[in-house]
Amino acid sequence: MHRKAILATTALCLSVSAVLAQDLNEEQQRALTARQAHMGLYGFYLTPLGQMAQETIPYDAQTAAAAAGNLAAMAAIDQSAFWVDGTDSSIETSRARAEIWTDPDGYLQVKQGMAEATEALALVAGDGLDALKGAFGPVGQSCGACHQTYRAPAN
Amino acid sequence: MTRWPWIAGLLVAGIGAGWFTTKPSPLPASALDGITGDATRGAVTFAAAGCASCHNAPDGPLDVLAGGKSFTSDFGTFIAPNISSDPVHGVGDWSDLDLASAIMRGVSPEGAHYYPAFPYTSYIKADIQDVADLIAHLRTLPADATPSQPHDLRFPYTIRATLGPWKALYLRDDWVMDAPTPELERGRDLVEALGHCAECHTPRNALGGLDRAAWLTGAPNPSGEGRIPDITPAGLTWSEQQIAEYLKSGFTPEFDSAGGTMADVIRNTAQLSDEDRLAIAAYLKALPETLSSE
Repeated sequence: MHRKAILATTALCLSVSAVLAQDLNEEQQRALTARQAHMGLYGFYLTPLGQMAQETIPYDAQTAAAAAGNLAAMAAIDQSAFWVDGTDSSIETSRARAEIWTDPDGYLQVKQGMAEATEALALVAGDGLDALKGAFGPVGQSCGACHQTYRAPAN
Repeated sequence: MTRWPWIAGLLVAGIGAGWFTTKPSPLPASALDGITGDATRGAVTFAAAGCASCHNAPDGPLDVLAGGKSFTSDFGTFIAPNISSDPVHGVGDWSDLDLASAIMRGVSPEGAHYYPAFPYTSYIKADIQDVADLIAHLRTLPADATPSQPHDLRFPYTIRATLGPWKALYLRDDWVMDAPTPELERGRDLVEALGHCAECHTPRNALGGLDRAAWLTGAPNPSGEGRIPDITPAGLTWSEQQIAEYLKSGFTPEFDSAGGTMADVIRNTAQLSDEDRLAIAAYLKALPETLSSE
């Protein structure tokens, strides 16, 4: 156990120092890691919902309801601590456009759009495939609305 | 001393000949004879051709083509003009032939060249019936009286006559890919002509002409931000079904979501039929793997 803990701590220190080479302070790096994990979790819960909507896996009411509920809960949280100064796409590891900082009202508006779309999905995701499909489309549009303006393209 | 007038004369003659051979050449007057546009079919063509993505007002609704969006390039910044049905500031009083010549030849009703930021270089390959349908649809859209703004280009690109030789080199109506089945033919119509995918996904040479040898293999983003991806089978390994789903919902197979200007494209392709999206996918999967932009 101890050895594992030491290894994990060493790995963490190494990764942190690798990032420090990019001149990110600890607060910046923590915010970056947290929000990228948050985006990764969106993908994790969107996957079964999307696969059901696209009929590449069979519909399952319980799985759909749980995933949609989690998605809605995640979309509703206050994200303000994510946006630490100096972590926009001008640094190599970030694709967050500076517009998130310069146009916070616009950003909050598209975030609100996602909160509403995911809440609507969570209300019906367990009610059958057609209900899921109907509410899934607007969720996808809300993802696109944010990525269009606030995410920089991949290199 | 007496030589100079000769040289000047030759120069003038040369420029004149150059102008004559590369002067704006609209569609022939008979191009639309016997063709009637269908506004309902035109709505699909309008989406497939992506007109609204450039010509709607920034953050405006997709059916109000007031113009005003700006597009950065190596040659300067282009501002999309008003193409709403307003008779003064839009194209409301243009004839069908005026519009078809603009769309398919890049020639204005006054006989001037348009800059190829307007993808007539792709639309030249479109079926004239599709273009007639598109024009019929354009006429059903609302008028908007916002004046068009001038482009902000660097010299010498400010001289539209330079587009004559450019068009002689790069305005071509031949297809890049063979399309041996009806599905591939529809896919080719959507990708090479209407959808003008190559305008972003194919690299350009120093003069701004598309490098056909590297067709759809990805290119630097003209905005300077990131890179537009390779969508040949070498760069895009998704199945046809996955490509079609992406064009419908914007979701990748990993349920990441399209962003940037591709989010605009998805808004258009979402309006196509499943068959059309699958035809696009079939075309992309049929591209040779050996193409390379490097």
